[in-house]
Amino acid sequence: MDSQRRSEFPALEAAGSSSSFFDYVSRSHPGLLPFGQVLPPGSMPATPHGTTIVALTCTGGVVMAGDRRATMGSMIANRHIEKVFPADKYSVLGIAGTAGIAIDIVRLFQVELEHYEKIEGTLLSLEGKANRLGAMIRANLPMALQGLSVVPLFAGVEPEEPAGRLFSYDVTGGRYEELEHHSVGSGAVFARGALKKLWRPEMGPEEAVAVAVEALVDASDDDSATGGPDLVRQLWPVVYVVTQKGATRVSPETLAAVVETITARRMAERREA
Amino acid sequence: MAQQFYVSPEQVMKDRADFARKGIARGKSVVVLSFRDGMALVAENPSPTLHKIGEIYDRIAFAAVGKYNEFESLRQAGVRYADVRGYSYNRVDVTARGLASVYAQSLGTVFTAEQKPFEVELAVAEVGDREGEDHIFRLNFDGSISDESGYLAMGGKAELVQATLAKVWSAGAELGQALRWAVSALEAPRLEAATTGAATAGAGPAVRLGAPTLEVAVLDRNAAAVGGSHRAFRRLSAADVAAQLRTD
Repeated sequence: MDSQRRSEFPALEAAGSSSSFFDYVSRSHPGLLPFGQVLPPGSMPATPHGTTIVALTCTGGVVMAGDRRATMGSMIANRHIEKVFPADKYSVLGIAGTAGIAIDIVRLFQVELEHYEKIEGTLLSLEGKANRLGAMIRANLPMALQGLSVVPLFAGVEPEEPAGRLFSYDVTGGRYEELEHHSVGSGAVFARGALKKLWRPEMGPEEAVAVAVEALVDASDDDSATGGPDLVRQLWPVVYVVTQKGATRVSPETLAAVVETITARRMAERREA
Repeated sequence: MAQQFYVSPEQVMKDRADFARKGIARGKSVVVLSFRDGMALVAENPSPTLHKIGEIYDRIAFAAVGKYNEFESLRQAGVRYADVRGYSYNRVDVTARGLASVYAQSLGTVFTAEQKPFEVELAVAEVGDREGEDHIFRLNFDGSISDESGYLAMGGKAELVQATLAKVWSAGAELGQALRWAVSALEAPRLEAATTGAATAGAGPAVRLGAPTLEVAVLDRNAAAVGGSHRAFRRLSAADVAAQLRTD
């Protein structure tokens, strides 16, 4: 109906409008959502999948890192893909699962946070952000049942609070707070083993970046879907550090040095791992 | 059956316009102006929470005078419009021109079709890469739209404020200079009231506007290049404003 469609710029529609971009789009432009379509029966062809994300706390914040590989069955679909994104100034998220849907969920989530901030004039609380992400993952559940699942990892700091926090999710939108460190994706098991040995309390951000990269190196060692640092193409993992100053991406030069240290040490040791 | 009196369309429109103008003239003024490193939006607004100036999108800001509830609903509609557009196309595809024309349509429709027109006047500002590429759109209560260059004043006694700005404004100023111009322009109506009303007894409102009574925001021209953020909008705290106004 025309009056319904035009209600974007209404005479007075304020009653009933919410501060959530996700709610607004679901109501007025559902076709723009990455999920929600009813898929016809049929078998899904192979689609690119994002793989391993690791996150760990450090003094004053959190570090999140993701490898650069997307796989399609046994093929490498992409070796430049970025799977860790800043969600807003004080939080980051990484995604594993069907890349096409996951990247659009990230965009939706980024707009959701910015939209709230602009409408309300304040930032959402960290738990509030984590809950909104959970609602989006839950909305994707029908797609997950078709094999198009997305599993994010969310991390951030609450402004004025000293420590960083981590949240993991399952495909039903369940949200779980994690302590110390966590990983998701196909190489998560191996990365988690490495993190258990390498993580220590009171690590500084630089040290935490090195640990995150080393965990990804270990994951790529055993999981074919996880890409290791690519010395030929000079491709390094995407790493973000979130502190009270905000989320910043670690520069390629820093990561090159970190990777060089790890490989040099392992070459000198000449051991299996 | 009650007989309806005939009122000519001209009269209806004139009555509505007069009604809206009266509502707007009661309010305080807002100034938008370009300077070297961006655009400044300055409002006389003692409230720290009920904003007259808001962020719409990366390089686009909004300023309004008139009834708060009316321009606030328009601001929120603008944020929704911009976010949907940026999400479905791309961030660079959200432009002040597009937003201003939707605002014009909305205001025009309300002016003719609703019980009462919106008692608001809006400005949509977009900061460019260079000072010559800045855009300022003025939107009136009846949906008329105009493109201003360099600076704009609206609200109560807007002509006087605009005339004061016209005398001083020039391209290439620094932030402090731009804010001092804006504040002197906003003070012009008070100055006039003080001089004409000097004969009548009683002290009028203070002539000078201090930092706590100002709401100031800037659109930073170099936000993406230097700050690494796609969002150019930044509010200045009262302390920042005071510091900028002090430097001579």
